Amino acid sequence: MPIRTLTILLLLGTSAAPLAADARDDAKKQVQFGIAVAQRGLWREAIYRWERAVQIDPKYEEALNDLAIAYEHEGDLEKARVAYEKALELEPNNALIKQNYELFKEINDRTTRKDSQDNQNP
Amino acid sequence: MTGRLARIARTTRILSSVAAILLIAGCTNYYEIPIETPIKPKLDVSAFQRVLVAGFIAGGTDDVDGNLETTRLLRSQLRTKSDLRVIDTDVLPLMEVANEDKGAPQEAKADSPKTDGRTDGAEGKEGKGESKAETRGEAPQPSSPDKAPVIKDAKDLEPYEHVFADVEYWKKIGEEYQSPLIVTGTVMFTPHQRSGIVQREEEVYDSFGRRRVVPVRTYMERKGYILQPKFIFIDGRTGTVMHSENFREEVLYNANQSTPALSSYFELMDRLIPSFLSTLSSQKIKGTRVLLQ
Repeated sequence: MPIRTLTILLLLGTSAAPLAADARDDAKKQVQFGIAVAQRGLWREAIYRWERAVQIDPKYEEALNDLAIAYEHEGDLEKARVAYEKALELEPNNALIKQNYELFKEINDRTTRKDSQDNQNP
Repeated sequence: MTGRLARIARTTRILSSVAAILLIAGCTNYYEIPIETPIKPKLDVSAFQRVLVAGFIAGGTDDVDGNLETTRLLRSQLRTKSDLRVIDTDVLPLMEVANEDKGAPQEAKADSPKTDGRTDGAEGKEGKGESKAETRGEAPQPSSPDKAPVIKDAKDLEPYEHVFADVEYWKKIGEEYQSPLIVTGTVMFTPHQRSGIVQREEEVYDSFGRRRVVPVRTYMERKGYILQPKFIFIDGRTGTVMHSENFREEVLYNANQSTPALSSYFELMDRLIPSFLSTLSSQKIKGTRVLLQ
């Protein structure tokens, strides 16, 4: 009985690894295509590709980083923040993602200034 | 024998470090890309077609007319960087308006159209202004038009601030200029000096003549200015305040450097202008990011 369980687990283990690799390969293709179209200024198409990449492989931090940049370019700062933070959660030591996030934060903080007082009489 | 082993170990270590660097560089495909982040305006000004930069209650140094310069600068910025039509008119004498309300004798006050529709809040602030004058040992005096009141710090501004809550006054101004968005507020531009330890970079040359830049900490006396504007956005249709925003910027120079007050004023305003404009119109912030593969 334990031998059978072990065999099943081994089989599952060996088949899961190529599956994950396949998913990453598929996601990578989407990311590459997204980069190519973003460089031509087609940001909507790039967003579609990078969203697909993240759907295929939710732990693909580079795809999340690219998606965050695209959201930033489209002015969707909240979505950008979520994507950057997810990417950094997966890869906290990636200096390039950190650099992008810092630059993003500068803009995001400016738009959410604390000292502004809406609808208040002086 | 031991020396040979050590040499082999050192070579292995170097080779493995080089391999690691190559591996990291090879694995990371990155592409720098320019982006433009659009920033939505903080205030919905779609109901307005015109903007009136009415003027400011200004104080601090006498070297710069904070009222006139801020009005001019904001008008020119809005003319080129917003969709609103900028109304060109004389700057409103807000200090006089505030002073008339504050200092006019009771009988005159009853006749004055400026005080007719004042809100309770404004009355309260007026009282505060009078009590301040009393504590300084001065009787509240009617303002004389030829003598400008002195505003040296933020506290001196308080007695005048009630003018921004004068709904009737702003409504009247709004009617006069076809219900524009009104921009007004206060501007404090004050000289400032600070001394302390400052870190600066210094060039040094070693014995081989190689140049290096090293941080050096030195005690320095510096002087400069602080700019503290408060921008108030008033709905010209109703006379009510829609939004207000405070800013603070400062600049310090070496004590022996002589920088004209006006150029410091523009240097500091340059830093605030993007934030001011982003209140009224959408802005695009240019930058670069790194796409990863």
